[in-house]
Amino acid sequence: MTTDILPSYLDQSDAVRARFERIRQREVILEVRALGKCYRSAQGETEALRGIDFTVRRREFVCVIGPSGCGKSTLIRILAGLDNHTSGEVLLDGKPIKGPGQDRGMVFQGYSLFPWLTVKRNVMFGPEMNGRSKDEAERDALLWLDLVGLEKFADAYPHQLSGGMRQRVAIARALVNQPRILLMDEPFGALDAQTRAKMQSHLIEIWKNIDVTVLFITHDLDEAIYLADRILVLKAHPGEVQEVIEVPVPRPHTLGQFNSPEFRATKARLEALIHPESEGVPEDEQKVHPHLIRLTDVTDNVE
Amino acid sequence: MNTIAKWLASDADPAFRKRTLFGIGSFLLPLLVWSMVSYVPWVWHPKMEITNPGGVDFLQVGMLVDKYMFRDQVADMEKQHLAVPQGTPANPIYLPAPDQVAKALYNGIFNSPKDTDVPSMPASLWHSIQLIFWGFLISSIIGVPLGILSGTYKSFGRLTGPFIEFFRYLPAPAFGALAVAILGIYDGPKIAIIVIGTLFQQVLIIANTTRKLETTLIEAARTLGTRSFKLLTRVVVPGIMPDLYRDQRILLGWAWTYLIVAELIGTSTGITWFITQQARYQHFDNVYAGIITIGILGFGTDLVLAFLGRKLFPWDRTQDRS
Repeated sequence: MTTDILPSYLDQSDAVRARFERIRQREVILEVRALGKCYRSAQGETEALRGIDFTVRRREFVCVIGPSGCGKSTLIRILAGLDNHTSGEVLLDGKPIKGPGQDRGMVFQGYSLFPWLTVKRNVMFGPEMNGRSKDEAERDALLWLDLVGLEKFADAYPHQLSGGMRQRVAIARALVNQPRILLMDEPFGALDAQTRAKMQSHLIEIWKNIDVTVLFITHDLDEAIYLADRILVLKAHPGEVQEVIEVPVPRPHTLGQFNSPEFRATKARLEALIHPESEGVPEDEQKVHPHLIRLTDVTDNVE
Repeated sequence: MNTIAKWLASDADPAFRKRTLFGIGSFLLPLLVWSMVSYVPWVWHPKMEITNPGGVDFLQVGMLVDKYMFRDQVADMEKQHLAVPQGTPANPIYLPAPDQVAKALYNGIFNSPKDTDVPSMPASLWHSIQLIFWGFLISSIIGVPLGILSGTYKSFGRLTGPFIEFFRYLPAPAFGALAVAILGIYDGPKIAIIVIGTLFQQVLIIANTTRKLETTLIEAARTLGTRSFKLLTRVVVPGIMPDLYRDQRILLGWAWTYLIVAELIGTSTGITWFITQQARYQHFDNVYAGIITIGILGFGTDLVLAFLGRKLFPWDRTQDRS
């Protein structure tokens, strides 16, 4: 561990400050105003989200992070139109959202590819649903498969692909609809560390080359800092915005920056926000008290 | 023999070979037990078949008597210094030996009956197959869409579920008299019994299968712009297809079970009539042949359907295991 004093995560170099200035010049894609969500259940009302306010500008990469139960999945599901909100409003390009639509693409954590369709047909699914002809859909699908590097697997079925490849297909399938915003719900959560790193840099490459705005949910702090322009930190019970952090790490992000002072400062801040000393253990974990007795020879020590 | 040895020595997938061997074994084992009981004279054989009645008045050649009764008669005759009856151990008439049943099976299939009054086994079976086909088809035409709809739309499921759940417990044969009154005495009521027996289970099973479809798939389709009816035709139906297919295979087995009951309603027909008729004449070898034919037909159909399932749904991993 290095003990040198970290700079404040609020300190931005001139280049970074100028970049954020440029982002602020761009038009607003997504505007969330005083968004709230209440669940009614047998136990009474639970407030999942309260007063969420934020805006996402065009081609911005925003990560949402927070402890478990902070409602980050609920938030993205509301944005996708899969859940209803109970108060406030969500505006996409100034218009309130009504249900799911092709202007918002979504990538799920679980494998959400249609197992009965080949990779190509999976990607063609969106255009076909939106009234494109089969030929057009196929052309688009092949283009996008080429973009994610899976053109060789066009005729394979999802079960024949690895986890990382399946998520590439899922990304292609969402992007082929040319959505205004790409919503990603912990898309790399189920991948191993190596594949995950590869997918992160691949996603950055896609984002750099395509006119798309990304809202990305994760519980991995490194992932959030590596990917995001800004990080929306939520707190739990009820889910509220705790802070919006502008990542001070200069772009382009590289794996080498993981040890840079800006990176570590940001991570330290995120850790302080998400795992405060007072409630280090999540609520349901506190009820678990393992009662461990010695079940092996007392002289048979492993350490 | 040589080919079997060669096959055993070949480098075919050992797991597959093991599975095939065990599969054959599962049929050979009961056959072995049956053969032991039939051919080994000291295993079971509770009867004596009389070969020589000796001095006993009421015994005739070929008669089957209980062993204790035979012993009593032997002792009795010895006491009276008369000729003792002779006989060989035999099984009751209702347990023919495997070779007799095999012969009956062969004759039933390949040799048409001399007596035109008795329907041939293939003709009886063909009639039964037609009943099953129509019964299962009608049941599926109603049951599959109802099941998918109740599984997809919660409110539809709540509307239909309780009544179907209630009706499921009404035993199909109980409707026999009613079905005859409404549909006459020929094939109508029989098909109705198969439908009643299958339909309600079918709706519930398929509704359940539909409910188990991964919600993420439906949500993914919705975010890709899929709307109401297309969601059903393009996502729900193809998504549940392999499981639906499997359900149908199981339900077809149930339809066979109801067939036997159904064929006794009104005028008896089909394989059931063949079996009951042969039993009445004490041709138990034919009875076994009839029962075994049903088994072969049902199991054979299922094997073929399982094979087709693997071809139809190459993307479904679970098909391989069934």
